[in-house]
Amino acid sequence: MRVRAPSPRAVLILLGLLALAAAAGFMTIGLTGRLDFVLPLRATKLAALLLVGYAVAVSTVLFQTVSGNRILTPSIMGLDALYVLIQTVVVFLFGAAAFGAVDARLVFLVEAASMIGFAAVLYRWLFLGARHGLHLLLLAGVIFGVFFRSLSNLLQRMIDPTEFVVLQDRFFASFNTIDRDLLGLTAVIVLLVSVAGWRMRHVFDVLALGRDAAISLGVPHRATVTRVLLMVTVLVSVSTALVGPVTFLGLLVSNLAYQLVRSHRHVLILPAAVLIAWICLVGGQVALERAFGFDTALSIVIEFAGGIVFILLLLRGGLR
Amino acid sequence: MIEISGVSKRYDETVVVDDVSITLPRAGITAVVGPNGAGKSTLLTMIGRLVSASAGRIAVDGLDVATTPGARRLSILRQDNHIVSRLTVRDLVAFGRYPSSKGRLTRDDAAHIERALAYLGLEALAERFLDELSGGQRQRAHVATVLCQDTDYVLLDEPLNNLDMKHARDMMRLVRRMADELGKTIVIVLHDINVAATYADRIVAMRDGRIVRSGPPEAIMTSQALAAIYDMEIEVARIGDRMLAIPY
Repeated sequence: MRVRAPSPRAVLILLGLLALAAAAGFMTIGLTGRLDFVLPLRATKLAALLLVGYAVAVSTVLFQTVSGNRILTPSIMGLDALYVLIQTVVVFLFGAAAFGAVDARLVFLVEAASMIGFAAVLYRWLFLGARHGLHLLLLAGVIFGVFFRSLSNLLQRMIDPTEFVVLQDRFFASFNTIDRDLLGLTAVIVLLVSVAGWRMRHVFDVLALGRDAAISLGVPHRATVTRVLLMVTVLVSVSTALVGPVTFLGLLVSNLAYQLVRSHRHVLILPAAVLIAWICLVGGQVALERAFGFDTALSIVIEFAGGIVFILLLLRGGLR
Repeated sequence: MIEISGVSKRYDETVVVDDVSITLPRAGITAVVGPNGAGKSTLLTMIGRLVSASAGRIAVDGLDVATTPGARRLSILRQDNHIVSRLTVRDLVAFGRYPSSKGRLTRDDAAHIERALAYLGLEALAERFLDELSGGQRQRAHVATVLCQDTDYVLLDEPLNNLDMKHARDMMRLVRRMADELGKTIVIVLHDINVAATYADRIVAMRDGRIVRSGPPEAIMTSQALAAIYDMEIEVARIGDRMLAIPY
């Protein structure tokens, strides 16, 4: 006899409460000093955590839906490798001081635009071009990722060691220095993508059936998948440009969401994945600040905890 | 009516379907047979708009499949349908209503779903997840989805693959009922010429990307015709009013 799984609604409510608790903990634990200074600072950081968690969760679930594979993340497209390369090239050419000298908004826009531009060219060339399919696109993404990473490695060997240390800090997602203007800009972009995504919420369910079934059910597959991939790219690009690469989190939250919400409907899976991401990021940041005293980067905490959960999932045979 | 005129499919130098022209009439079952690599499935997937033709034109009821989104007129079921989502049989069948409901199911859609489940005898399995079913049951769930889509034309690509004798027979009887009771026009790719001769109204035989014979089963079930299709000696035995090809 099977144990009846909890209903998706109950799961969502529970996750919502946990996320709320994490956020409340983040805002209140260890509150000392001038509140009118500390609270806005924490609120900004919380907003960045929520925004990035949202972008990572949604982009990963959608990417897995269109690729029909639940152990892929958008990072396979080489976007974070490109981000690392851009950082490296800037430091290589202008020195580590360059980031401080230029307007942060400009840096953000250039980074986001080059990642989106790269992906758009790749999609246009491989996916829309002739008869090539999604798998070739993914494969090309992997190769480009390796290329970008190797190039970055080469340049990193050639720069000054002290500058390299500055550079290295930018390779891990960090929420400790968030520009409020950028936060607002990112929020607007994410909101626009979400509105487009909300109108497609039923199409996602059909896309998950695979290409042939989707076409038989009247979904213009190629055009729709291209749109979803562009949405994924925009989400990944803005969140990476805001805080740096957060790769493992997506894999973790999407698979936890599939496990907890036993449904195929994206209307349920997507909110669950977002809430789990919020719990991980905000909870992780609390742990980071209170237990480790800022000694490490959040992505390290998450990837450590996430890796353990992931191995447990694999051992239980939950991943299929 | 499905009109295929001058249709070819090429992958670089390889020609899979070579200048095929044929008209398949409304109603009844048309079986597409032929040896491996004859282009049967490719032709079917081109009619079902899963693959675009390199040349030529395919029209269903006068409308070009390349330009018309025809999910309410024509549905296609491929051989292997691996689905990553965790779906119950009812969830899967409900997708058949997507072309008309776009995700918002009405009471009318619910009635369609129940009818499709009942037609395939899946009521007892409706709440089971697909990965908990046997191959035959899963195949039936997929056919129920196609039925639920309620299109005039149904294309089936080797639906008997991996089914044992009993399930294969049940599936063919079901396809026959869909044609007779529900008035569907069914085009089905089959491997076994005897199955085709028993259940189909028309047989289209392909070889090397071309149609080599087409007509009612009696016209195909002769030693000469089968030799032309399969390039081997096949004896045809008459048992009562049935004809059986004996290749071995």
